[in-house]
Formats: sequence, C-alpha cells, structure tokens
Amino acid sequence: MKLSREEVQHIAELARLALGDEERALYQEQLSAILEHFEQLQELDTEAIPPTATVLPLHSVMRADEPEPPFPREDILANAPASEEGCFKVPAVLE
Amino acid sequence: MLCQLTIHEARDRLAAGEFTAVELAEAVLERIVALDNDVKAYLTLAPEEVLAQARAADERRAAGQGAFPLEGGLSGVEDTSLLGIPLAIKDVLCTRGIPTTCGSRILEDFTPPYDATAVARLKAAGAVLLGKTNTDEFTMGSSTENSAFFTTHNPWDLSRVPGGSSGGSAAAVAADECLGALGTDTGGSVRQPAAMCGVVGLKPTYGRVSRYGLIAFASSLDQVGVLTKDVTDAAILLGAIAGHDPHDSTSMDVSVPDYTVALTGDVRGVRVGVPKEYFIEGMQPEVEAAVRAAVDVLAGLGVEVQEVSLPHTDYALPVYYLIAPAEASANLARYDGVRYTMRVDDGGLNEMYKATRGRGFGPEVKRRIMLGTYALSAGYYDAYYLKAQKVRTLIKGDFDAAFEQVDVIVAPVSPTTAFRIGEKTDDPLQMYLSDVFTLSMNLAGICGLSLPCGFDTGGLPIGLQVMGPAFGEEQILRVAHAYEQSTDWHTRRPPL
Repeated sequence: MKLSREEVQHIAELARLALGDEERALYQEQLSAILEHFEQLQELDTEAIPPTATVLPLHSVMRADEPEPPFPREDILANAPASEEGCFKVPAVLE
Repeated sequence: MLCQLTIHEARDRLAAGEFTAVELAEAVLERIVALDNDVKAYLTLAPEEVLAQARAADERRAAGQGAFPLEGGLSGVEDTSLLGIPLAIKDVLCTRGIPTTCGSRILEDFTPPYDATAVARLKAAGAVLLGKTNTDEFTMGSSTENSAFFTTHNPWDLSRVPGGSSGGSAAAVAADECLGALGTDTGGSVRQPAAMCGVVGLKPTYGRVSRYGLIAFASSLDQVGVLTKDVTDAAILLGAIAGHDPHDSTSMDVSVPDYTVALTGDVRGVRVGVPKEYFIEGMQPEVEAAVRAAVDVLAGLGVEVQEVSLPHTDYALPVYYLIAPAEASANLARYDGVRYTMRVDDGGLNEMYKATRGRGFGPEVKRRIMLGTYALSAGYYDAYYLKAQKVRTLIKGDFDAAFEQVDVIVAPVSPTTAFRIGEKTDDPLQMYLSDVFTLSMNLAGICGLSLPCGFDTGGLPIGLQVMGPAFGEEQILRVAHAYEQSTDWHTRRPPL
C-alpha cells in the first residue's frame, strides 16, 4: 500500500496538521511501510465475525440526573490561550 | 535507607512509630536530588507540597484518624493503608493545581482544575504525592524517547531506555526515588517498562480502575496501573485505586476485594498455560531461557503447566496500531489551540488549528494521528478500522478459549531486555515490535502483570508476564507472589 504525496497531504488536512516538506516525505515513506506490513490482516476471512468496539458488557450507562456544582468558569478559562468576557476567544471565523 | 523500603514495610514501621511520614518523605526527596539528574524520572517535583502532605499524614496518625473522606460519589477506600506513603504519578493523570503535560509541548503549561479519580483515591488513602513522572508524549511510545522534554535513563544501565511509556514511573521505582507509582497501560506501557527496570507492573482489567482524569489516548484500551517493588505492594496499590466511579461510564460496578488476602503462597493445582506463539524467532535467547526457567519454578511449587495456543497473536500488532491511532486521532482533536494553553496564530481559525497542532505535537503523535485519520477516512474505514475491530474479536476469543483450560497464562513481557537510547528511534515498526507480547491483553481487556524473573549477561532485568481473565487479578497476584517468594530477583537493586 503505497501512499501518494497527495494522499499524505489530504490526511494532514483532515487531521488539521501543518506539515513541512520533509515531514510529508518522511510520513509518506513510513506510513506506506506500516500499512504494507498491516496488509497481513487481509489474509483472515472475517466475513462472519462481528466487530469489537468495547470489551465491556455495558450498554447505555446512565447516571442519576442530579445537578452538581459545575467547575468554576475561571478555573476552566485559566488554561485558555485567550479569553474575553468569560468566553474562549478565537480568531475571526467570518470577515 | 528509608527510600529503599517497600510500601508494606514502610506502612508497618510508620504504624509502629519507628519514623515519621516527614522523615520518610525527606529521605525520598534526598534520594531524588541525589539521583534524578542522571535517571531523569521526574518531569515535575513539588517538594513543599510533599512535606505539607507528610505533615498532614503525621498529624492524622497522631490524632488516631484514618483516611481522608472521599468525595464525588466514590466509595472503596476505608483504611489507612497508605497514610504517609510517598508515591509518584505518571504525568498523564490529572493532578489539581500541579502541571500535567502528557510529555507534550502542547500541554506544557496545562494545570488541571481537578484530580483524576485514581489520584483522588490515593490522596484519600493518605498517600504523599511526590511529583509527576516522565512519559512518551501522550503515552505513545516504548522508551520515553518520545517525551517532548527529555529521555528517562534506565537505572540498571544509564545508556539504555527504561521502556515506556510509563518509563519515568518504572525508573523512579527501580531507583528508590519513590515507594511506588501509578502508570497507564494502553498496549504494554506499565508491563514493558516494569520488565525493563526490574520492578513489578500491574495492568488491571479494563473497567477495574476509573479512567476519569486520565488524559485519553485510546479510550477502549487505556487503563491505569501500578508499578511497585514487589507483588504485595502491587496488591495494596491496586486495592487503593480500584472501584466504580460515577464519572467514568466504563468503570465496572464490581466489588473490590482485599487483594493481599490472595497472596497465600499456595499455588498447588493452579492451571498455568504457556502460549506457544509467545516464543518467537529473533527474541533474545536469555529472555526465553529465563521465562522457561520461571515456568519450571512454578511447576516445582505445584502448579499444573500446559501448553496453550493463542492463534491470532501475530495479528495483534496491526490490529492495535489501527485501533489505537484511530481512537487517538479522535481524542487528540481537542488540542486545537482554543482551550489548552498553547496556540500558534497563523491567520484564520483553520490556519491556527493546523499551525498549533503542527508545532505542538511531536513526530510520533503526528504519525499516529495521520495513521488513525487514514484508517477512519472515507474509502478505507472497512478495509482498515472495521477489519481491525473484527480481528480484535478473534484475539479476544483466543483468550476466552484459553481461560477455559487454564487459570493464568505466563509468557515473556518483551522480546528483549532494555535497548540502547537511540537504537530504535529511526524505525517506528521496530519500536512497535517491543510491545508485541503485551498488546493482545489490552485488545482483550484482560489483566496482567510483569515481575522480575532474571537478568541477562549484561546485568539487565528480564520480566515474566502473568495474565489472567477479566477481573482475575487475585489469581495473577497469587501466582506472581508465590514465584516471587521462592526467588530473590525482587531484592536486587541497580548499581547506582
């Protein structure tokens, strides 16, 4: 499974990762080698096998719907790179 | 030296009034000051808070009081088993008011507003928290070389890695820079460094310990574990952190036994399986020899040894490295420059996301985000992610079948002893192979531990892995303890 340069760039866009030219070339080579190694999975017939997403015998766990005091807003915003008027501040989305 | 004590030794002598928690904490802090410039186990130390906690423990003991009250709807800890015991915490578990970096630049300045449940339970039990230990970035690695800050050195040979990702915790325990530590294990990250540093490392069953406040890597695989100087300490620490938590919907509501009761020394009639697929071409011959010798020791103690087969073992590596990166690519989407300290501005919002993540994440994290994003992307989901989940079913089925025949399975932990710093950094696949004997257990959700079973000719420790079925912690602890008590590997100390 050889990844093209364009595919690597497409994945980086989906993952919102800015990559330099060297990184792109390195990942193209390494991810291709890793995916080639993983081709061995295709030799197994799994047509009738259900997928496992979790090993737990738990489904739709609910807790009691009781209000609890939330984290203080200032504690949460203390880690934000930028905040204003009690909100996270981000670069403008609309012109 | 007080710092060399096990948790159970220190607990008994604190209770007998032979020394105070402050004296014990000071002894451990002195040890850290003396050694950690070479070992580099800790990312963050909080000496003043350490002494304040130790004083509080002494005051509580003097007043005849036990554990602190548990908050947040938790139950479980009701004794004083850890009052005044100095422990280290892997830097992926949130600690209120103390920086928690995950070994990543992107969280370099992050200070959590709350404690992880495992940490809260230790505090409630009266433990003294020393600081935060080094880890591969977001726990993605097998050597701590992927930490954004520095590499931890193996106390047995400072030119070698301690294993990973809980390498800081394993090295701190091995070097007597703490009495015990918390780690986390997604594919071997407690057991593999425990083996490489010659200590005990226990990965509990998925759902046994709350993941609340454990910064997520792969949510269906992550589990908090313990690293200790002997098996008794592992039983004590597991008892302290296990139990249901309303804040984690994947924590199981299963009662927590006193695990130390399981340590009877009597393993007669226990059925021990040895999986033929875990002795592979290319593994270090001394590792195989030590593990086979350990099986003979167990046989001498009266266990019934039989060969078992886990036929899909070969597929665990690709399955793990598709599922774990896929889950990671989703979990790490939250580091977007908005909420967590680091931001790199580069024009608009989308450019800010990309620049922040491109700069903030290290090479291995980016590699796995890319791999996971690809496995989940349109056109490849069925061929990679869904296929991996189906083969995960087969791997789990292997263990279910084996545990119908045997009570525990014993095997090597890693194909080699600790490798040299820099030896595998250029080849990600070679690095991944270091976890080839530990990944399957996380995929199956079962429990397992590593304990010392010998040394290679270079004087490096070798680990024995004891695996049990889901919620079979008492069985694996009993077998490990019986082996430990009939050998003296756990009493050896690195030449520091």
